[in-house]
Amino acid sequence: MRLTADTGLCVGAGQCVLTDPAVFDQDDDGIVALLTDQPEGDAANRAVTAVAVCPSQAITIIEG
Amino acid sequence: MTEFSTVDYPAVRSCPFAEPVEHTRLREQQPITKVPLTGGGEAWWVARHAEGRAILADARFSKDRSRPNYPMPGFDEAMRKQFRMQPPSMNSMDGSAHAAERRAVLGEFTVKRLTALRPRIQKIVDERIDAMLAAETRPLDLVPTLSLPVPSLVISELLGVPYSDHEFFESRTMTMVSGNSSAEGRSNAMKELTGYLGELVLEKASEPCDDLLSRLIERRRQEGDLDLQALLGMAFLLLGAGHETTANMISLGVIALLEHPAQLAMIKADPGRTPAAVEELLRYCTIVDLGGTRVATEDVAIGGVTIPADDGVIVSLLSANRDPEPFPNADALDIDRGGRHHLAFGFGPHQCLGQNLARLELQIVFDTLFRRIPALRLAVPMNEIPFKSDAPIFYGAYSLPVTW
Ligand code: HEM
Ligand code: SF4
Repeated sequence: MRLTADTGLCVGAGQCVLTDPAVFDQDDDGIVALLTDQPEGDAANRAVTAVAVCPSQAITIIEG
Repeated sequence: MTEFSTVDYPAVRSCPFAEPVEHTRLREQQPITKVPLTGGGEAWWVARHAEGRAILADARFSKDRSRPNYPMPGFDEAMRKQFRMQPPSMNSMDGSAHAAERRAVLGEFTVKRLTALRPRIQKIVDERIDAMLAAETRPLDLVPTLSLPVPSLVISELLGVPYSDHEFFESRTMTMVSGNSSAEGRSNAMKELTGYLGELVLEKASEPCDDLLSRLIERRRQEGDLDLQALLGMAFLLLGAGHETTANMISLGVIALLEHPAQLAMIKADPGRTPAAVEELLRYCTIVDLGGTRVATEDVAIGGVTIPADDGVIVSLLSANRDPEPFPNADALDIDRGGRHHLAFGFGPHQCLGQNLARLELQIVFDTLFRRIPALRLAVPMNEIPFKSDAPIFYGAYSLPVTW
């Protein structure tokens, strides 16, 4: 799986960080920062959840 | 098809935790339909989770309260006027203006920053529970002893509002959101609170301290944009949204857990389950049913209807959160449901800025309260608790007698 995060769309709700802090982080201004763009195994499943709960459609799965 | 005369606001919940029967019928029979509003005007009632989420994420819907059809159900003319006169804040802005306001404070609310507050919040909660345990008489009212002081202390420390003034700002906020205040009382309360916060902002501009408002003032100063009115709007929004909401959620959460002893036992046995329980309680209680009011800025086709430009829209957060499609058996409290897609904090660009602060406070309160007072119980039958069924903005309980 490969992910991208659009920092322009992000509204800093932190829902992705709550979902998986090993994949998603927030910078000092509260905006999403990916710690990896290729989560694997369980982390890939959690990334699917993060995409679903993100309120601003800022996270996208670009490859299966 | 049945015609619906009106969706009454404040909506009367048939049992304190049930959704109003009228909501259920609308969701099943007319999931998006125009309804007359209590207090005047009309708006599109959006009952289901899917369309509700789509609308809240859609930039064609505005939060600008000065638009003529902005829905304010249950508000009389005086309240509408007062609501429009609140100092402008991100809560009533759209697009890039909204993003600029929100991003100016976003860094204060990151999951990391809030996690660092955990020990301080724990201490605040422990001190309040010490006071409960030391009280000489029982039953006692949980609202002034725990539900209100915890979020009030936390937000005032974060913002840099002296907690010694808490009775002042809590009572003024209460007057503004309560169902039984007079128009004059509301308007005076708002004037007093904005006057107080205006002075506080000025003080902080001349003598900065280590708090959110001072840091925001410094940031604005560096950007060359020290707009005192905008700072007042921010202070007013954060102070109000930061204490009344979480306070109501603490009271309702305690009642709901006491009414579901098997689920309470699960979190007592394993606090690792508390975050999931908090998420489910947020959905189940949905204290800000009206958190999704908007105005369409262009014609929008959705769910088989076209919402014309300039029409008001109410995405009922309570109805969305009781939609059986995303939440099977939605009327049941089930801490194992995995229902993080609830809309209790809204959705889209305005999704609650303080959500992770609220989550943290709720987790600490529920864990600590039931660990330190395991025999806690309601001191009156649930139907004798004065629920805020007359309050148009936040649902909750005016008082909550408990004993152990
Ligand atoms: C359980 C407690 C809380 C609930 C249920 C809640 C609910 C909500 C909801 C539903 C909205 C969205 C309104 C909309 O989309 O139109 C919102 C927005 C907001 N909330 Fe909360 N809230 C809670 C606690 C807090 C706390 C503790 C703060 C502290 C700072 C806070 C600050 C805000 C702010 C600033 C906004 C406006 C965000 C924006 O317009 O971008 N809330 N809240
Ligand atoms: S969940 Fe979405 S909006 Fe929230 S921080 Fe993550 S990317 Fe940003």
